[in-house]
Amino acid sequence: MKRAQIIAPIVVLLLAVAAFNLPGQAVTRFKLAVSSVFVPFFSLNNAAQRTLPRAVDALTPRAELIRQNAKLRDENDQLRIAAWQSADALRENARLRAQLAWQQRTAWQVKPARVISRDPANWWRTVQIDLGSRDGVRTNAPVLTPEGLVGRVTAVGLTRSQIVLLGDPNCRVAAVVENERRDTGILMNASPLDADLVELNFLARNADVKPGQAVSTSGLGEVFPKGIPVGTVVDARPVEFGLYTQVRVKLAANLGGLEEVWVLFR
Amino acid sequence: MGFVPVNGFTLVLVLAAAFAAVLAQSAFDLTRWLCGAQLNLLPALMVYAALTCELPVLVAVALFGGLLFDSLSANPLGTMTVALFLPAWVIYLQRGLILRELTFARLVLGLAATGATPVIAMLILLSAREELVLGWFSLWQWAVLTLLGGLLTPLLMTALDATRNALSYQRVAENSFRSDRQIRRGRN
Repeated sequence: MKRAQIIAPIVVLLLAVAAFNLPGQAVTRFKLAVSSVFVPFFSLNNAAQRTLPRAVDALTPRAELIRQNAKLRDENDQLRIAAWQSADALRENARLRAQLAWQQRTAWQVKPARVISRDPANWWRTVQIDLGSRDGVRTNAPVLTPEGLVGRVTAVGLTRSQIVLLGDPNCRVAAVVENERRDTGILMNASPLDADLVELNFLARNADVKPGQAVSTSGLGEVFPKGIPVGTVVDARPVEFGLYTQVRVKLAANLGGLEEVWVLFR
Repeated sequence: MGFVPVNGFTLVLVLAAAFAAVLAQSAFDLTRWLCGAQLNLLPALMVYAALTCELPVLVAVALFGGLLFDSLSANPLGTMTVALFLPAWVIYLQRGLILRELTFARLVLGLAATGATPVIAMLILLSAREELVLGWFSLWQWAVLTLLGGLLTPLLMTALDATRNALSYQRVAENSFRSDRQIRRGRN
């Protein structure tokens, strides 16, 4: 064997070990900087993907558009009334909190973002979105869709951020089952088989969980605000010799087809 | 085609292919949607580099491709570099004995490299105590990944050979005729 044939793997291994041991913050910055070379191509891809729906929209008959417009106007009116009622309830809530000297809840703001890429590896569940620190995104910011929770921000670049999705072992969420007992647990791993099915662990052994019950964030841990819908209970079983109950939860958001998400800001 | 000495064009071609492969993997998820597993074309590219190019190009492709892959992934930096390089290095060491022009040989090498790469990557990650999304379905993902990678390797190699042939200088056909060695016939 020639000397170069021995030196080459040693060089590769040394470089890999050096990269492996870089500090976390430096790695995040480096990764986001390197992956920024893909941004123009992702933008191009997104533009191409939007072209087809636009072309279909252009072919939609006028009568259909008028019908959809009327329907949306009705929905808009209903939502406006609901918003007035919510605003009234919020004012009442703030007033009562002030009277009881409770701490005021911080208002959350949302910002829409577009999913630009998915993790190329099969053993992670992460995506990248087109919002970054320039837009006010911070690490651990919750990410959701109108259907429910999606995950949280793990790394933030100037114009892009990495989101770890529910079901990835690095995204653990304190959640509560919407039943009378308000059983709480922690959302953890998902099966690679079904991206929309995750495990809710560490519920009490006598938890009163039934299929179809809603699951939402409990607010414990202070990363995710309380009450964001997560999904519904599929089934429950005792684990670890009956020490606690494990529940499978069908996620409300479709993680396999994510295109647009909302990032929450304080 | 035989072994190609390191030149700028070969290097640029293989690196561009690595870039395109990583881009396709993260931007398009057709195979993930159809089969539940995301395709990885980098091992096939490493097979091509191992059979066609010299060692510096092989190292460059492993570093560049691994770096790009890890940058778009949650992998720690350097994971895919090692996982891509090791199978390709073994192929490189044995390439004198491999009939690289045969489609079957390309298929088998593609299957081996595409199958070995995620296994090595996962071993590295598990050694580093990373928690991965693993289960019985991961075996299915691995099988799909290996099969697709193996099937695509001969196609990818043919496409890269054709591109290189089309864009590089053509080999000059050698002729055994030499005028100074001809027997001169005649009376003088």
